[in-house]
Amino acid sequence: MYGWTGKLLRVDLATGKSRVEDIPEDWRRDYIGGRGLADRYLYEEMDPKVDPFAPENKLIFATGPLTGTCAPCGARYMVVTKGALTGAITTSNSGGHWGPELKFAGYDLLILENAAPRPSYLFIYDDYVELRDAGHLWGKGVFETEDTLREELGIPALRVATIGPAGENRVRFACIMNDKHRAAGRSGVGAVMGAKNLKAVAVRGTRGVQVADPEAFMRAVWAMRAAMQDHPGRKSFAELGTAATIDMTNAFGGLPTRNFQQGQFEHAENLNGNAIRDTRLVTNKACFACTIACGRVCRLGDGAGKYLVNTHPRNWKIAGEGPEYEGAWALGADTGVGDLDAVLKANWLCNDLGMDPISMGATLAAAMELYQKGAITDDMLEQGIPLAFDNPEAIIRYTEATAYREGIGDELAEGAKRLGERFGHPEVFMGSKGQEFPAYDPRGFQGMGVAYATCNRGACHLRAWTPAVESTGQMDPHTPKGKSEWVVNEQHRTTAHDATGLCLFVGAAGGPLETFVPITAAATGVPYTLEDFLKIGERTWNLERLFNLRAGFTRADDSLPKRLLEEPHKTGPSAGVVVHLDEMLPVYYRCRGWDQEGRPTPEKLAELGLASLA
Amino acid sequence: MTQMLVIVPDRCTGCMQCELACGWVQTGQFQPSQSLIRVNIFDEEASYAPYTCLQCDEAWCMTVCPVNAIGVDAANGAKVVDQRLCIGCHLCTIACPFGTMFTLPQNDKAAKCNLCGGQPACVVSCPTDAIQYREAEQCGEWFRDWGRRVHERYLEETSAPA
Repeated sequence: MYGWTGKLLRVDLATGKSRVEDIPEDWRRDYIGGRGLADRYLYEEMDPKVDPFAPENKLIFATGPLTGTCAPCGARYMVVTKGALTGAITTSNSGGHWGPELKFAGYDLLILENAAPRPSYLFIYDDYVELRDAGHLWGKGVFETEDTLREELGIPALRVATIGPAGENRVRFACIMNDKHRAAGRSGVGAVMGAKNLKAVAVRGTRGVQVADPEAFMRAVWAMRAAMQDHPGRKSFAELGTAATIDMTNAFGGLPTRNFQQGQFEHAENLNGNAIRDTRLVTNKACFACTIACGRVCRLGDGAGKYLVNTHPRNWKIAGEGPEYEGAWALGADTGVGDLDAVLKANWLCNDLGMDPISMGATLAAAMELYQKGAITDDMLEQGIPLAFDNPEAIIRYTEATAYREGIGDELAEGAKRLGERFGHPEVFMGSKGQEFPAYDPRGFQGMGVAYATCNRGACHLRAWTPAVESTGQMDPHTPKGKSEWVVNEQHRTTAHDATGLCLFVGAAGGPLETFVPITAAATGVPYTLEDFLKIGERTWNLERLFNLRAGFTRADDSLPKRLLEEPHKTGPSAGVVVHLDEMLPVYYRCRGWDQEGRPTPEKLAELGLASLA
Repeated sequence: MTQMLVIVPDRCTGCMQCELACGWVQTGQFQPSQSLIRVNIFDEEASYAPYTCLQCDEAWCMTVCPVNAIGVDAANGAKVVDQRLCIGCHLCTIACPFGTMFTLPQNDKAAKCNLCGGQPACVVSCPTDAIQYREAEQCGEWFRDWGRRVHERYLEETSAPA
């Protein structure tokens, strides 16, 4: 077997029994791997109407054919399940070293079924698979869990994917963390794992990944590495990390501030890539096989002591990785906090407690707006820590409270949508399909409007990142013209990209899809072309859409909050602009070959080979 | 003139490309578990360092081997294992002060870095030049500088009030 291992591991958590299955050749070919293949299994095996927390919900970890090879940034794995935050199919991607380790153990996919009767963790060492008691790990943070497992199993090269207290407590935006600071972050995959009573999956793999045509593979890999080496995108990622994006979005009036009430943040320069590099950066850190190394390992500044300190003295010297652009925005600009130490600390708490900093920050921002409106009052809060915009102590303390569902944290843990509804102000929820927006204001980047509204897993920036054309002069960022067409095509590209196991960032660092289609072909022995990849992307996107339609989603869910559609910013470069979703959405449906209710037509499904699934 | 591997931990990002390259040379697959260079990750110190055989002048693995299975590559000075002679006694793994002698799980025989016959794959694969293959006499300079900094940090930390 080349590229793929061709095997999947299926574990019934209720009984601890596991078995290895062959993955059908046509499924591998038609979905490549990772996201596509896991989507297909989920669609095939599960009723989309089940509750995300029900034992019937399946949790799938999936690698791609390039995961574990030396192709640049071949580190990724996907977690596919029905999301706790959204109720839609979710596809959360993570890097680090865990995905390749699963591949080295000999599996493309890991499918987890049912729920364990008591807290457990799964131990995989090549063929050896055992569900073990995790009573002693339950309640522990992510860092400690990983260290404990490595020590007690006595395997230094062990890789661990785990949930923190947030996942155990079913915080709806809990992550699955691996290698301490890498997260399959969005849509609450960690809460699903927590509902299954599964604390961690510890993996050690000693096998190899073979490629079909080694010479062609290496030639294509080195062509890609050469293209990336001096590319400005790669250099910027390496030097400044993802937080360099703050300057760009702020300049376009597209950096959502104080729960999308403003489009520019006055303290942006405190949080940007330069600030992190110059004042906090210890070193760059790479995921497996990564030639970019955008990861930031940061130290807290001397001023951090003035904030409430929690009890992690061992890790105190180095805060760990982050913040990334999204985390710096959500916990910083979106809550109005311009203090890098507070953001670092809250971000690091999110990592240790196992929560998505995007949804955490955005939910805090929504709560702060509720506090502004008087819907949340001081008597619901902890004494002396108002949940007000610009308050650095609030983001630290209430992040922790959310993970443990203490006090108001119990409401925050339900996400911004449920929070807004609970306090009678659903309009404070800034998101789509129940998932909070990431760090791009669609009033600054019009295309993000249709990208957010149509994304299958709820609002997401990784499916069609329109600033790629809207910030570079290729398209006007303020008109809806041409955006739907671009977004449809880009969604196909990123979906195929996710299926291969390479990191999405290679696309912005000089290694777009075109450069690794031949790598995938040489690895798998399947003569893939770019057209094949786009078709696979479209097939997978439609399959996810079918899942969501069967789960009960309709055209009405392809929506944006009123604030984006009706209330323009008053100042800045994006002043006066609102999102014209009503113009973009019909074009989007037409481009997709869907009817105007957003349903794939029978002709489209037949064209994609999905006719039998509708 | 002899060349040697120089490792600059400050440049390492922990990406494992060297392990992939070495595993590839050993097995023709991407198999880091078979790599003869290992990346050590010290999370607490935010430090990553690839580590492999230093090709000691006075090589204890060679000295201790009861069947003379370890010899010297005349072209580049690398100490190499002749697996046909190795009897799998593991003495070399005990003798090596640096932990860079390995035994292979498939045949229980010794394996170590042989500098790929003078063109080390790990050097080619490293994206940040953290592993270099340089003339031996130029290698000390970097080490002196690094050694001084480590020493200073040690003094600083040990003299800090508790």
